[in-house]
Amino acid sequence: MKKKDVPQDDEGLLEGKLREICYAVDDDGKYVAVHSTGWEPKNAALQQAWVGVNNKIESVKNEVVAGKLSPLAYHMEKNIMNVKLLSQYSGIPKRKVRRHMKPGHFNKLDSETLKKYASALNINTEELKTINIAGERK
Amino acid sequence: MKTELKNRNIKIDFKHYQSAHCENGVASNLLKHHNINLSEPMIFGIGSGLFFSYMPFIKLNYLPVISFRPLPGMIFKRVAKRLNIKIHRQKFSDSQKSMEMLDKTLARGIPTGCLVGVYHLTYFPTPYRFHFNAHNLIVYGRSNGSYLISDPVMETPVTLLTDELERVRFAKGTYPPKGRMYYIENVPENYDLKNAIVHGIKHTCKDMLTIPIPLFGVKGIRYLANRMKNWPQKLGKKKASNYLGQAVRMLEEIGTGGAGFRFIYAAFLQEAAKILDQDWLNDISKQMTAAGDKWREFAIISGRIIKDRANEQESYENAANILLEVADMEEKIFRQLKNIKLD
Repeated sequence: MKKKDVPQDDEGLLEGKLREICYAVDDDGKYVAVHSTGWEPKNAALQQAWVGVNNKIESVKNEVVAGKLSPLAYHMEKNIMNVKLLSQYSGIPKRKVRRHMKPGHFNKLDSETLKKYASALNINTEELKTINIAGERK
Repeated sequence: MKTELKNRNIKIDFKHYQSAHCENGVASNLLKHHNINLSEPMIFGIGSGLFFSYMPFIKLNYLPVISFRPLPGMIFKRVAKRLNIKIHRQKFSDSQKSMEMLDKTLARGIPTGCLVGVYHLTYFPTPYRFHFNAHNLIVYGRSNGSYLISDPVMETPVTLLTDELERVRFAKGTYPPKGRMYYIENVPENYDLKNAIVHGIKHTCKDMLTIPIPLFGVKGIRYLANRMKNWPQKLGKKKASNYLGQAVRMLEEIGTGGAGFRFIYAAFLQEAAKILDQDWLNDISKQMTAAGDKWREFAIISGRIIKDRANEQESYENAANILLEVADMEEKIFRQLKNIKLD
C-alpha cells in the first residue's frame, strides 16, 4: 500500500478518540507509519457485527415487554454477554442465572443477589430492574 | 504502608509511542525505556508475529476462528528469549493483591505492562469494545486517584480510575487476564540482533510452511478459500455474510497495521535488509507488500458482499480465488525466506 492510498474513510466508528497506525510505502519506497481514520470494508464488517448484536438486544427487549423474560436478560444482551459470561462476572452459578432470566424468579430476588448482578453489569440495582436506560450503545 | 502507597502520586519518566498493535507496542516501548531502540516492525519480526490459522470447528460468538497472529503473549516472549531479556511475570487470584503489587512496582519506578480486557476500557471507542481479553497496556504512574496509562494503540497517554483498571485487569470470559502483569527485570549489555532477526524469520517460515495440519500457514489460507466457495450454499446468505465479515474484521481490526500484519512484516524485512546487509530481503519485502495488497483486494470484494452491493464479479467464488492467489504468493515468499542465514 502506498502512503497516499492509506484510507481515511471516517464513519465515526473511532469516535474521534484515536487514529490508527497503518504501515505504507512512501515515494522513495521506504516503509513509514501513517495514521488512518478508517477504511470502508473494515467499517462495513464492524457495523455488520453491531447490527447482529443490536437485533438480538431488540428481540430480547420485546420479550421483556411481553413478560416472557426478565430485565436481567435484556441487560445481559446489552452487555454482549451470555449466561456463562454473566455467571463469571457475577459469581452466580449458570443454572441460577438461567432461572433468573424468568420474570417470576427475577422478581423474587433478594437485594444481595441483585447487587451482584448490578455490579457485574456496571449499573445500579434500580437500573437493573428496568429496561429504560439512557445511552444505548451503538 | 498500604494507605501511604495508595495516596502517593508517582510519575515515572516514560515515553509513549503509538503503534499499530498493542503487544508489539508494549514490548517496543518497554524496551525503549531500557535504551533498547527497536521499532514496532522489528519487534514483530523478531517475535515471529506473522501467522495464519483457520479453525472452523472452534467458534467465538458463533463465528469460526480466523487469526493472523500467534497466541497472545507469544511475540513478546520470543523477543525476550531471542534478545536475552529477562521479564518478570505475575498473575493473581485476588484483585486487591494485584493492585497492591502494581502500586509497589510503580513505587519502585518500574513501568509495568498489564494484560486487560477491552470491553470495559473506558477510553476506547465504544464500537470497538467487545469481550476481548488479550489487550496490553503499560501503567507508568498514578496521580490523584487515577492511573497513568500508556496504551500503545492510542495516540497519547490516557488515565483510568482505580476501579476501572481493576475491572479490566480482571475481565472474565475466554482467556481471562487474571491481573497478569509484567515488567523488564534486566536487559543484557550486548545482544545479538542479527541472530535474533534470522531466528525470528526462520520460525515464521516454519509456521507458514511446515505445520503438518492444513489449518495453519499457507495451507490454512487455501483451506479457508476452498471452504469459502461453498459458504453461500452451505450456510445460507446471512450466515455466509457474517462469516465473511469475521474474516475482514480479523484481517483489518485495530492493530494489524493493515492487511493482517502483512505490511508490518514487509516493513520489518526492509529494516532487516539494512541491518543484515542483505539486499535480497528488499525484494522479498516488495513481494510481501504485494501479498498485503492482494489481501486488501479480498477485503474490498468482501466489504461489498457484506453491504449487499456486490456486482456479478464480486462473489464468494471470486473472493476465495483471491485468497488462493495470496496463498501462492506467500508460499513463494517463505520458500525464499527460509534460506536466510547470516553472511
